[in-house]
Amino acid sequence: MISLEDSSHTEQKKSGIKVNKFLIGGVLMLAAVVLLIATSLKGNAQYYLTVDELISGKVKQGSSVRVSGVVLGDSIQYDPRTLNLSFIVANIPGDNQEIEARGGLASVLHEASLDPNVSRLQVVYNGARPDLLTNEAQAIMTGKLGEDGVFYAEELLLKCPSRYEEGVPSQVVP
Amino acid sequence: MIGPIGYGSLVIALVISLLGVVASIYGQRIHSNAMLETARRATLVTFPLLSLSIAALLVLLVSGHFEYTYVYQTTDLSMPFYLKLAALWGGQEGSLLFWCWLLSGFMFLTLMRKWKSDHDLLPWVIAITSFILFFFLILVLFFENPFNRYFITMDGDVVSSLFPPMMSLQANPTDGNGLSPLLRHFGMIVHPPALYLGFTGFVIPYAYAMAALINGRTDDRWLKSTRRSALFAWMFLSIGLVLGSRWAYDVLGWGGYWGWDPVEISALIPWLTGTAYLHSMVTQEKRGMFKHWNVALIILTFCLVIFGTFLTRSGLLSSVHSFSESEIGPAFLAFIAVMFLASLGLLLWRWSDLSSPYQIPSLFSREAAFLINNLLFIAIFLICLTGILFPILSELLTGQKVTVGPPFYEHATGPLFALLLLLMGIVPLTIWGSTTARSLGKGLWKPALLALLAPLLSFILGGNRWTALLSVWLIAFVILATLMDTIRSVKMRSRTHQESGWKAFSLLVQHNRRRYGGYLIHIGVALMGLGIIGIEFFQTTTQGMIAAGESLTLSNYTFTYEKLDIADTPDGRNSAVATVLIRRDGRELGRVYPGSDYYYASQQSVTRPGIRSTLGNDLYIILVDWLEITTDGATFKIYYNPLINWLWIGSFVLIIGTLVALWPARNRRKAFSLEGSA
Repeated sequence: MISLEDSSHTEQKKSGIKVNKFLIGGVLMLAAVVLLIATSLKGNAQYYLTVDELISGKVKQGSSVRVSGVVLGDSIQYDPRTLNLSFIVANIPGDNQEIEARGGLASVLHEASLDPNVSRLQVVYNGARPDLLTNEAQAIMTGKLGEDGVFYAEELLLKCPSRYEEGVPSQVVP
Repeated sequence: MIGPIGYGSLVIALVISLLGVVASIYGQRIHSNAMLETARRATLVTFPLLSLSIAALLVLLVSGHFEYTYVYQTTDLSMPFYLKLAALWGGQEGSLLFWCWLLSGFMFLTLMRKWKSDHDLLPWVIAITSFILFFFLILVLFFENPFNRYFITMDGDVVSSLFPPMMSLQANPTDGNGLSPLLRHFGMIVHPPALYLGFTGFVIPYAYAMAALINGRTDDRWLKSTRRSALFAWMFLSIGLVLGSRWAYDVLGWGGYWGWDPVEISALIPWLTGTAYLHSMVTQEKRGMFKHWNVALIILTFCLVIFGTFLTRSGLLSSVHSFSESEIGPAFLAFIAVMFLASLGLLLWRWSDLSSPYQIPSLFSREAAFLINNLLFIAIFLICLTGILFPILSELLTGQKVTVGPPFYEHATGPLFALLLLLMGIVPLTIWGSTTARSLGKGLWKPALLALLAPLLSFILGGNRWTALLSVWLIAFVILATLMDTIRSVKMRSRTHQESGWKAFSLLVQHNRRRYGGYLIHIGVALMGLGIIGIEFFQTTTQGMIAAGESLTLSNYTFTYEKLDIADTPDGRNSAVATVLIRRDGRELGRVYPGSDYYYASQQSVTRPGIRSTLGNDLYIILVDWLEITTDGATFKIYYNPLINWLWIGSFVLIIGTLVALWPARNRRKAFSLEGSA
């Protein structure tokens, strides 16, 4: 394995043996990397689902998954004593192309939060209330769906695409 | 007039960069020095042109020209002056322009300093860098123009455009949106420029490597000529990464410093391949080996730099760095693909010319150590790449997105980082050519044994996880082995030259700057590792809601909530600041002021932790929430972060080490050097 590097620049006559060494070395290293990745994936990888997919039972209940949805501002409840945070998210499509086709993430989030027909999910989280948890923010949560149909989030990531990026001036003086 | 000056000079720079590409290629074809001179001048002039454009944008930013889209989106009237300047890289358009400006600056410097000495390589360097600049300028001008303005159309819509649409009026907003509150931090001034300096700095060695391949120059000239610019770029990339961590630690209020976020990783991976390159580069200089490998590494690093710039802009991955999704994603992807395939094609074309007769003499030689170092860095890189691409790959293969988080990266890369530390401790004792296992063992048993004191100490202090103890041993081993080797060399020199210890040391370093710079970098990395171990393995935390006068305790510290002040600030914030008294075993240590700022304009709040830092630990306190009406109850979350400050201290040592290695030798006497510098 050690001589794999020099093997590539020796003369032709030796190349038969050397190339083999090169191959063996490279394969060994790749095997080590694949092994590390494979063992690390166990228990540390999550399906990334939409609310629809989660509710329809696409994965086994109780397994750790990642879900994305839009936060409904009125539903946010927070108890600063216990740090218990609960809110409802509504389904948004997971496919980037579909989001683009519907006019970008900001408008998808906006529409989904208003549409009473999209599926919704109650989320419970314990911890500091994230600064970005507001109406129409995109929440990306890692956790488990309980038997009671509530999603118990262990990790909470929030994105607000509309606020800084696409806002146009509202009051303008021509 | 300021805007037109800004985009006007951009347009000229675009045309001139294309001229640079054409003139340098054509000039070489017809062997015309006059044509090459044209190419050189064209390249030189892009820097002042882009400087003018940057200056124009800065003037617009600080003077509040909110009719410009970029100014409107990244500044407002209440922002302090330094943040208005920093807004230059606060958004996509400005960042890309800044990228172009830095690249043209590097090209300018290279041409000023090396035109004579690297006359045969530079025409192709011009062609390649000008082409890259041309691509980025097209993005800036046609897709992400920072000089767009707002116009009101006939229908009353507000649109953003470079030129006024038909029958429209220019909009004149009276105030802007302002920079995202999360970006209003000292880190904003230094983190993005450092990262971008690192990114663009790697373009120069890459262009040299490609120029050497095209010209069929198989010697080390390209590599030696760009050694310092690679080191320079690497230093800034390191600084950028550390500053990003520090910023996250200060602003995001989660008690952490690194979240294995895809965008963080996309800045880390060029650092990984760049670090591998810095090591294998030495092997080529000293031993004439790894020629193909060096070219491959610099190609990879360059492509990862572009990939990193692209990834943050593509909206492809979910990340806390929520940049807008933009139309330039596909263009970036195509650019990376073209550059990668063309570079790889060049390398394969010249493959047999790059052969070297040298072989690795022994498993214990320094050559072998550098090879293993490279394999480890590449393995870590592959794991990180797999991690960030996993959602995309899994969707392609199974139709279902699967993501991986921090535990995956920690689990997969942890053992490899540990091996790197081990190697770092061993390498000072290896020599070029061959080292026997026996001589290696003779030099190593002392530091290895002595280093056992470190895990012993941490065991007594309460650390009992074997991974933590092993890591602590490794760190002590690296530091001891490096220091003991230095002391040994100093002693030897002072004996043979009859010099005092101090003089021997300073002369030794002067004559082997790269070796001892490298040693210092290694010690810096080991110290950073100490900080990481401290927070990763020994962080403890508590939280609770308490009334004024009440306390929370964590290990032997008590935290007493004294009062809460809420006030509006002149720059549009509602600022809540708690006063917390910290005691240790009853003795007063001082007060900290955790708070939270609510920005009225953007309706967003930002948590500001109160931190008490010592060499031993950080007490990191977050004001989570408070009762609005009574102001007697407030919720705090407290982190006890042992050793975290060694992460920042280590990074300073790393920077100093890089500077030692970068510092030009006063004279090039070589006779005095005791050993081959590394």
